[in-house]
This record gives sequence, structure tokens and C-alpha cells, in this order.
Amino acid sequence: MVNTATFHIWRGDAGGGRFAEFSTGVSDGMVVLDAVHRIQAEQANDLAVRWNCKAGKCGSCSAEINGHPRLMCMTRLNQLDLTAPVTIEPMRTFPLIRDLVTDVSWNFAAKKAIKPFKPIPADGDGTWRMAQVDAERVQEFRKCIECFLCQDVCHVLREHHMFDEFVGPRHLVYAAALEMNPIDAENRARDLETRHGIGYCNITKCCTKVCPEGITITDNAAIPLKERVVDQLYDPVARLLRVFQHR
Amino acid sequence: MPEYQTHEHDVLVIGAGGAGLRAAIEASATGASVGLVCKSLLGKAHTVMAEGGIAAALANVDDRDNWRVHFADTMRGGQYVNNWRMAELHAKEAPDRVRELEAWGAMFDRTKDGRILQRNFGGHRYPRLAHVGDRTGLEMIRTLQDHGIHQGIDVHMECTIVRLLKDGDRVAGAFGYERERGRFKLFRAKAIVLATGGVGRAYKITSNSWEYTGDGHTLAYDAGADLMDMEFVQFHPTGMIWPPSVCGILVTEGVRGEGGILKNSEGRRFMFDDIPENYRTQTADNEDEGWRYTQGDKSARRPPELLTRDHVSRCIVREIKEGRGTPHGGVYLDISWIKSRMSNAAEHIKKKLPSMYHQFKQLADIDITREPMEVGPTTHYIMGGVRVDSDTQMSTVPGLFAAGECAAGINGANRLGGNSLSDLLVFGKRAGEHASKYAAGAKAGSIDAEEVDRAAQAAVAPFERGTSGEGPYQVQYALQELMQANVGIVRNEADMRKALDCLERFRTRTRRVGVGGHREYNPGWHAALDLHNLLTVSEAITRSAIERRESRGGHFREDYPDKDPSFGAFNLIVRKTADGGMDVSRATIPPMPQELASIIESMK
Repeated sequence: MVNTATFHIWRGDAGGGRFAEFSTGVSDGMVVLDAVHRIQAEQANDLAVRWNCKAGKCGSCSAEINGHPRLMCMTRLNQLDLTAPVTIEPMRTFPLIRDLVTDVSWNFAAKKAIKPFKPIPADGDGTWRMAQVDAERVQEFRKCIECFLCQDVCHVLREHHMFDEFVGPRHLVYAAALEMNPIDAENRARDLETRHGIGYCNITKCCTKVCPEGITITDNAAIPLKERVVDQLYDPVARLLRVFQHR
Repeated sequence: MPEYQTHEHDVLVIGAGGAGLRAAIEASATGASVGLVCKSLLGKAHTVMAEGGIAAALANVDDRDNWRVHFADTMRGGQYVNNWRMAELHAKEAPDRVRELEAWGAMFDRTKDGRILQRNFGGHRYPRLAHVGDRTGLEMIRTLQDHGIHQGIDVHMECTIVRLLKDGDRVAGAFGYERERGRFKLFRAKAIVLATGGVGRAYKITSNSWEYTGDGHTLAYDAGADLMDMEFVQFHPTGMIWPPSVCGILVTEGVRGEGGILKNSEGRRFMFDDIPENYRTQTADNEDEGWRYTQGDKSARRPPELLTRDHVSRCIVREIKEGRGTPHGGVYLDISWIKSRMSNAAEHIKKKLPSMYHQFKQLADIDITREPMEVGPTTHYIMGGVRVDSDTQMSTVPGLFAAGECAAGINGANRLGGNSLSDLLVFGKRAGEHASKYAAGAKAGSIDAEEVDRAAQAAVAPFERGTSGEGPYQVQYALQELMQANVGIVRNEADMRKALDCLERFRTRTRRVGVGGHREYNPGWHAALDLHNLLTVSEAITRSAIERRESRGGHFREDYPDKDPSFGAFNLIVRKTADGGMDVSRATIPPMPQELASIIESMK
């Protein structure tokens, strides 16, 4: 590995910005976030970057590294070509606060609009029984660390800015975890179709590709939710069946 | 005069990890208007890092478990200087707090009959930790977060409190800044709950993130509250040590709970070499028995890898010091060996320890299903904190409460793995409930505008010195090196005296620290303001550690290597004196009620 590397880091705020060039020493095993911290400590104290756990568990340090949406703490320098400058940019889908830090508050508001968990009545002893296999289906979605990289690459949000119409892949995953929870009694099909805009997802799988937790967002969350919406709201046979079942 | 926004709440909760969120939910549920201050974004606090599980005597896996056993385990692990009442409440209430999480949407791993699964952990007699693979903390914080956002709590994200404000003796508000624009915020509150977590950033090798700079400890201390047990710092035995950039990142105790073993460079399973007397009857005396225990054999005793963290850390340090360490200066932690015991070992490991598998694969190019990990101790947790009333969590300052890691008492000299998450829930709830009750009976205190001005001026002082002053990170790094070297796992008086002298010099350096740029999202500025807290807790740890002339739990003195029963009779209290100095005194531990004493006696 080379001993120094060059980084082009976005510096700026809502008013605009540019890439600034930094060179810093690199060593075995370093990740992009280490390089950013070293630059911050030695050359630019005020370089803005969000981070917490530095172990891929909190989802704070999302950025675009050489154009790819990644967690800075889980991107090893030896996976990158260090003979050329490494570019580090903020997530481009969200408004910039400063340097690598974006305003992700929309995500928190979007989540709040989804109907929360509502448990079915508990068993006699006040607890619920469920099979591990049913738990696992939901656990895949609950691995989500809310890094919002899936939101960053979703073209509905990134290209078309449909923040008012579509909740984005992160919140389809959230809704899927609720809908597939065996002890949840709420029904979110109507909301998914109307308020949450599930129809805008056209399953290009960009979100799945960038998920650092490896959640199969499109196949396991988005598509089954779409099917659920269609089944419940548009399938005439199923509708008829339900009428009889409810008798 | 500096400008600031003003917010008013009945209860202000500072810190939004497990304890803060649970406190905010409870205070809100009991009718108080609640503000919740997060140093980072909501849901990113350190609770998210917790891996192994939540300790609660649900008895789903082993029906011999109950609150009495959990209580006895906690006291034994804490070397009997715990607040016994807190240990009792914790053991009794933890099961309800876990079931409540499920009612709020948490999805725990299941037993065969569909109940919450529990796993083995160090110092716990029976499988007791409710868990979700090795990402239990994420499940817990997300559950609290997703429940909490619908409770009408005002959340102030990316906001740091720098000073508590008092009206006479009681707390009346808090002053801080928000990161995004660097604006000041004044919070008026009838009651305040501190839930700010730990102090790990005072050490070089730590599992803690940038946030853990002893904020709550220092806010309380500066407001005149007592701190307690500050000498007891937990060095988790298994942190990553290679490559250097990941040094300190946690490797869950769950690895050992699932059968992982510790070996030195000679291939010896050294944990069998030193089993403390008070754990001898509970510990396996051969490798086969240890393995059977991890696989649920109720007749087997637990392997020595699952002894308490303080002990395992010291054994690892001994191996390294005596020249039996790995090439990178640690020991081996091996889970891959279980392939000799089960056919689907690789799949089993990936399923039980998915984050560990990925962490090593991605950060160290190690496949833990095939080869051992290199690990060494990492600063993980502080048992000491704000001295609180056991039932209400109120500090010695009226209206000021504390819960979770920043409060002292439940853990004594050493915390058992898994007892942290349950502590957050049990005492977070209690703190929220009692803060709300206190607020209901109190009028809003008055705020001294001049004090607010002084706090604001102190906060912007680093900008006045600009980049001609010393860089904040340089002072922080020097402090971390100092504490690691002089007040770490193995301590002695001479080194700690040296550390005290250095800390004094760092105070002077801190007064000269300058930062450039402006107030909008400026991490250098934030680091500069955190230095005061790091210095305060470092001094409290050092002074307390000098005073405790014995070895107990997380506190090991090579000049006093044995436990001294006379030191088991009291806790050390740290208090700010009228002239601003730091005073350390002793507080006698009150006698335990007969019922609790006999529980401990019967389980010895």
C-alpha cells in the first residue's frame, strides 16, 4: 500500500461548495473514515463529518466515495485505487448542511407518518408465542441501521425529488417489518398505496445493491408489500372471499 | 449579549440512548411535557453498539432462574460494593421491562416453543440474556425510538449541553448548543434526567464513540452533585487489536457464550489456569464440561472464558506481559474450533454472530468460521457515575436525576455483561417516572441570565484564540495516551500521581486551545468544548483510584494486588469543593436487609 494518498473532499454548505484536496498518510487496514479523521485532526479541524460507532452499526457516516454510496467506516482504503485521488462527497439526495454532513431530517418525518406497531392481544401469560422462522423474516428488516444510503440512490427521491409522495426504500423496509410482524394487528395497505407512494417504486434494485446490511430490500420488502397492496385493494376474488370469510 | 433560543419542558432528558429514551417515554406517559436532547441523530447513541443481550431472569430457557439468582450474580460480579437495593430492583423489574419491549415491537430470537430465547453470558449462572443475534442494542434502541416518536416528545437532535443551571439548590435548566448552526439553546425545566452514557473517550483504546466524553458526569459534578465509584472502569476483555485503525472495536462476549475459547500463542487455553475462589464451584474444570455448558447441558458448569470481564481482562494482560501474546500483542479468541463438535459450524456461527462475522471479514480480512481472532482489552464502560437514590434515581441535587451508565450503584466494582441494557430500561423508567413526579410538584425555577452569558462566552472562547491556539485533537490525544498508560487496567500509585500532575498541565493547555472556522457544524469546536469534561472525569477516576488501596473488580492495583475487606465497606464519593477543588471521601455502605443477605449467603 502507498504511504500517502490524496483525497478530494467536498467542502461547502447550502450556498455551494467545491472539492478541496488533502494528502495524508495511510497505513494498513485504514478505512476512509480514518483518513477523514486524520485530515480533520491535522489539517482541517472544522471539516464536518458525522460518525459514531465506526463499526458499521450506527449508520451515521454515509457518503459517496468515488461516486459510490458507502459507509465511510466500512470502506477499506485497500479496496480503492489510491494512485488516483479518492473523492468523498456528501449524500447528494439530501440538502447539504456542511461538508460531508447532510440534512436527513425528512427521513424522521417520513417514518413518523407510518402507522406504528399495534400488537394483537397477548396470550394468557401476557406474552406472545412466535416461531423463529417468522421472527427471522422480520429480523432481516430490523437489521436496518438507518444510514439512508438506499434513500440516497433511489431515483424517485434523487432524480425526481418526490419527497412528499414517496417514503423511499428505507421506509418500505420499516413498513414491511411491521406488516410481516406476526403479532402486529395494524393494516397499512391503504396508506402504502396512497400516503406512502409504494407505486412509485419500480423495483430497479439500486437500494438493495447499496445496503451495507445486505437487506434484500426490493425482493423481500418492496415486492411483497406491493403484492399485499394489490391483493387487499384490487383483487376481486380475494375481496369476495374475504366477504365470505368474515361471515 | 449572546443570543439563544429558549425551550420549556417539565422534564428535560439529556441523552437519547436506551436510558434516555426509556426515561422520556415514561415521563411523557405520566403526563409531563418532555424534551429529549441527543448529542447525535436520534437512534445513533451507543446503545446501538450493544451486542450480546439484555439480562433478565425470564427463566424461558432454564426454569431454575429467578430474580434472586440474578441479584446474587450481580452482587458477586460487583464484588459486593453495589447499591444492593438497586441490584434488587434491577433483578426484579428487568423481566417486565423486556416483555414491554416486545409489546412495543421488538423481535427477539425465539425458543423452540416460541418464547423469548436467552443465552449464556459471563457471570450469569443461567442462560439469561434476551437477544437478537449479536445486534440486541440496535433492536432495543430502534424499538424505543419507534415507540417514542409517537409519544409527543420534543426531540432536539445533534445538541450538546454544556452547563446545568440552578435556582438555589435545585436544578432549573440547561444551556447548550446545536451542532447544525452552532446556535445556543436554553432549556428551562423543572426536572432534568441525565442519561449521557460513559467516559470511554478518556482512553486511547476504547469501544466508545466520540460522544462518550463524560458529559453527564461533569454536568452533575459542576452542578454540585456527588459522583461515586469513579475508580471502577470496565476494560472489556475482547476488543479488536488489528489492524490498528480498528483497535478497540468490541468483539461481543456472545462469542464466548456460543463456545468461543481464549488461547495464548502457545495454544494453551489459559483461562483454566486462574479461577477465582468465589467462582470455583460454578466453573467447569475441564474443556468438555465447558463445551457442554454452552450447548445447554444443565448439569455442566460454565467455562472459565465466561468468568467476569475484570478477571478475564487481567488474565489476558498477564499472558501478553509474560510473552505469550499474539504477533499483534493480544490473545486468540477462537470460535472456529467448534467445527470439531458440530457439522454445520460455519453456518451456525454466521447465524449466531452475524455482525462479528462481517466485522472481521470486512475490517480485518479474517473469516472467523475458519480462523481465530486476535483480541485484547478495550475500555468499555464505567461503573461509577452520578450518585443517585436507589428508588427514584435522583442525585444529591434536587430535581436532577441520572440513569444508565452515567449513574452509579447497580454495578459496584464490575458490571456483568447484559446488565447494562437491563439497567437502562429499569432505571431509565424509574428516572422518568420520578422526574415527572418531581416536576408535577415543582414550580419552574428562575434562570440567572448572567450565568447563561458566562456559559455562552466560555463556549465561544476557543474561536477568539483561533488557529493560533493549540489544536483540540492534540490535547485530546495526549490525554487519552496518559490515561491509557497511567490509569488503565493495571495501576500503581506512582503512575497515577504522575497522571494527576499531567492532568493539571492539560487544564492549562485546554485554556489555550483554539479553533478556526465558524460555528456551523464545526467538529473542532465541539472537541474543544468536550475537553473540560474529559479532564474532569479523568481526574475523578485517578483521584478515586489512588484512594482505593486494594484491588477489586475493574480496579486493579499492582501495589495492592489483593482485595482488602476493609475497603469493601464503603464507596468513594467525588465532590466539588467551594474553591473548585476535587474532594474524595468515603461513604459507608448501609447494611443489607436480612432477606437479601441470606440470598447471597445461600448462593455462595
